[in-house]
Amino acid sequence: MLSIHQLQIRYGETLAVQNFNLQVDTGEVMALVGPTGCGKSSVLRSVAGLCKPDAGQIVIEGLCTSGRQFIPPEKRRTGLVFQDFALFPHLNVEQNIGFRVKAPDAVETWISALGLELHRQAMPETLSGGQKQRVALARSLAHRPKLLLLDEPLSNLDAALKMELREQIRDAVKQAGVTAVWVTHDQEEAMTVGDRIAVMREGHLEQTDTPERCYEAPASRFVAGFFGEGRFIAAQPKGDLASTVLGECRVIHNRAAGQKMDAGESFDILLRPHDVDMISEDPGNATIISHRFEGETRRYGLRLDGGERIDARLNHEQRFKTGARIRARIAARHPLVAFPLRLRS
Amino acid sequence: MSIAINQSRLRLYLPALPIVALAFLPVVVLVVLASGEPLSFGARNWRIFGNTVALTALTVGGAVLIGVPLAFATTCLRFRGAGVALAALAAPLAVPSYIGAFAYFAATGRGGELESILGFAPPEVRGLFGTAWVMTLYTFPFVLLSVRASLRRLDAGLVEAARTMGLSPLGAFLHVILPRIRGGLAAGALLVALYTLSDFATPAILGLDTFTRAIYVEYNAFGLSQAAWFSLQLLGLVAVILFFESRVRTARERPGRTLRWTPSLAFASGLWSAVGLIWLSAVGLPLALFLLWLRREGVSGFDLATLRHSVVPAALAAVFAVLCALPLARAASAGRIGRWMLRLTSFGFGIPGIVMGTVLVYVGLRLPFIYQTTAMLVVGYVLRFLPLATGSLREGLDRIEDNMTHAARSLGASPGEAFRRVSLPLIFPAALSGAALVFLEAMRELPLTLLLRPTGSETLTTRLWQVYEAGYFGEAALPGLLLILASSLAMLLFLRSERLLGLVAESEA
Repeated sequence: MLSIHQLQIRYGETLAVQNFNLQVDTGEVMALVGPTGCGKSSVLRSVAGLCKPDAGQIVIEGLCTSGRQFIPPEKRRTGLVFQDFALFPHLNVEQNIGFRVKAPDAVETWISALGLELHRQAMPETLSGGQKQRVALARSLAHRPKLLLLDEPLSNLDAALKMELREQIRDAVKQAGVTAVWVTHDQEEAMTVGDRIAVMREGHLEQTDTPERCYEAPASRFVAGFFGEGRFIAAQPKGDLASTVLGECRVIHNRAAGQKMDAGESFDILLRPHDVDMISEDPGNATIISHRFEGETRRYGLRLDGGERIDARLNHEQRFKTGARIRARIAARHPLVAFPLRLRS
Repeated sequence: MSIAINQSRLRLYLPALPIVALAFLPVVVLVVLASGEPLSFGARNWRIFGNTVALTALTVGGAVLIGVPLAFATTCLRFRGAGVALAALAAPLAVPSYIGAFAYFAATGRGGELESILGFAPPEVRGLFGTAWVMTLYTFPFVLLSVRASLRRLDAGLVEAARTMGLSPLGAFLHVILPRIRGGLAAGALLVALYTLSDFATPAILGLDTFTRAIYVEYNAFGLSQAAWFSLQLLGLVAVILFFESRVRTARERPGRTLRWTPSLAFASGLWSAVGLIWLSAVGLPLALFLLWLRREGVSGFDLATLRHSVVPAALAAVFAVLCALPLARAASAGRIGRWMLRLTSFGFGIPGIVMGTVLVYVGLRLPFIYQTTAMLVVGYVLRFLPLATGSLREGLDRIEDNMTHAARSLGASPGEAFRRVSLPLIFPAALSGAALVFLEAMRELPLTLLLRPTGSETLTTRLWQVYEAGYFGEAALPGLLLILASSLAMLLFLRSERLLGLVAESEA
């Protein structure tokens, strides 16, 4: 449905986006996520036709555009939902939604689907942030776009509203059956709204995968750290298993490009806090150096006798004192992800 | 990266180009004119130069001395009727300064109106100090309003923090308040300087030889080349002011809690008397004088055609100014080159009316079919007041965020349709207020009208000038009052649109 080949966008001297390749299937919601300034909005704007790429190709349902063969935004049939809503201030809700709609029932459908019946005649400035964003979404969907682009649609809303609207927007997009690219910097938002996630960093893609795979099998240390907490500890191969100071575990090897590992070579494994368990024991193999009560759980910081730091998240009933000696071990039954050793200078 | 939306930028810039070229016409014409005769920078020229600079300096000094303390008083003091006091202090803006000059000319000195009322002759308001006094009375509100805007943006928390860190009230003023209001103060002072440099009638009536007066004298003596030299020197001074103005930065901060003190009763009454005195000097005196004359002489000497001759060209100028401003404002919203075009045309407002008049007389003498027609007058008004219209339109355009046109485009609207259905409706109110502003300013413009009006068709302003030259003051009553009315409406619009040449950034509401 949407495919992007070798996209490159330049701002003066700086490369904002490079070597960017992405395929989005029909009806799929692709979450494009990454830290602020990673280039995700630039990608979105070039798909919408609001900025011209310096190189590469964007194909929207057979419509092929590039920097040279540029198609203006109004010919692309891509709906765009803006962070700041961009409602027309001189038009009321109904007129905004029906801006260029030929079939009036499309307007009606989305007014009722997004619960805007009571606000038909309201002017945009009288609406709350959440209502504005629902109007903006209705406006885009009523114009029957081939592709819906959402540019940080929730970032101007407060936390409580975000959760609610996240669901509503996703449901509406799915109801419309439209293919969507949803840009966000919030990894939790990306995991809940995306059928798949494309993780961006400094202008390129790190991983494109389902939310589960991104969490369980991150393709890089960056992705591992971006989705949830985690520490790395050294491990040696031992048959099919890996052996660490915290015991043995099953591993899956990271097969991302350029990260091939030779048999017999040692590596790092990713240890998330809930992969670790511990019991009181002296001498044991670690000391508790910090403790944070989180309600249902407690999070302990440990220093292993070899000097490495790891974290452990336990049920709140398991209570240890800071400074106590304990024995930590790997509790996870699922395989842990192995990464090649980082080059140490 | 190039912004693809603006592929059609060139198409937006092109219609604006002839207007920009037209705005540059005055300078070109002046250079051509001046080249007809070598510059003889003699004793007279030095005296005129000195007078102009001294008048500007004295007026700026006076406006700062009156404007800054009153800005503090009306912003930071809690006293009864603060709103009324502020309105009284802004009111001088609603009286054209030449009306004030006219009133002081008629009222003071031997044989003046005040002598017959008071029984003794108050000192004559004439010459350098007299002119500076009158100019100060009518320009200090610029300083007052722009300093007020800065003060209102200043968060009281800053001053309180400084005090808790051991600064005395005076120290807090010097180290915290002053640096924050410096931009506003400079902006207001420069605006005062610009007004003083351009003003023709006030020094002319009060008998001070400044550049503007000298240009008119030369024009009357058919010394167009000499007038051009004076004009170029005056433009040089204006350019210096505009240069400083472009460097002034007013700090943009989130508005916080404003500083507030409650003054003692004695202080408040002292303040009230000061406000009252200023209002009486600037507004009360001319109003009383014109009303007195109106009672004494009636309206019999007033020809209704005078009003028509004022209204018709001003209305035409309003319409054409907005029509010309539209492509400019559109170009300015399209990109950087467009914003430069706008800056260049805004130079027009810096060109004093008397200079613009001289230039157009010269052009008119070469184009006899247009010389001394209403069309010529309208062209002059449009060139002079175009920046007012573009300023208003820009404000309207600023309401349209980029994303709004982008949204329209992504919903399938072509650039033209996006402009028609989104941008145009949004700037319509701004266009309307821009037109009204041009209309009212054109109504009260004196020097340009004096030089360009069709022979025999007197306007409100030229009638006032005739009356001054003939010394028959009574007939000034109705034209004067009508001009104060037009001027008041213009000022209300100006303040409502929250900007005086973009310098007063915040509404006084």
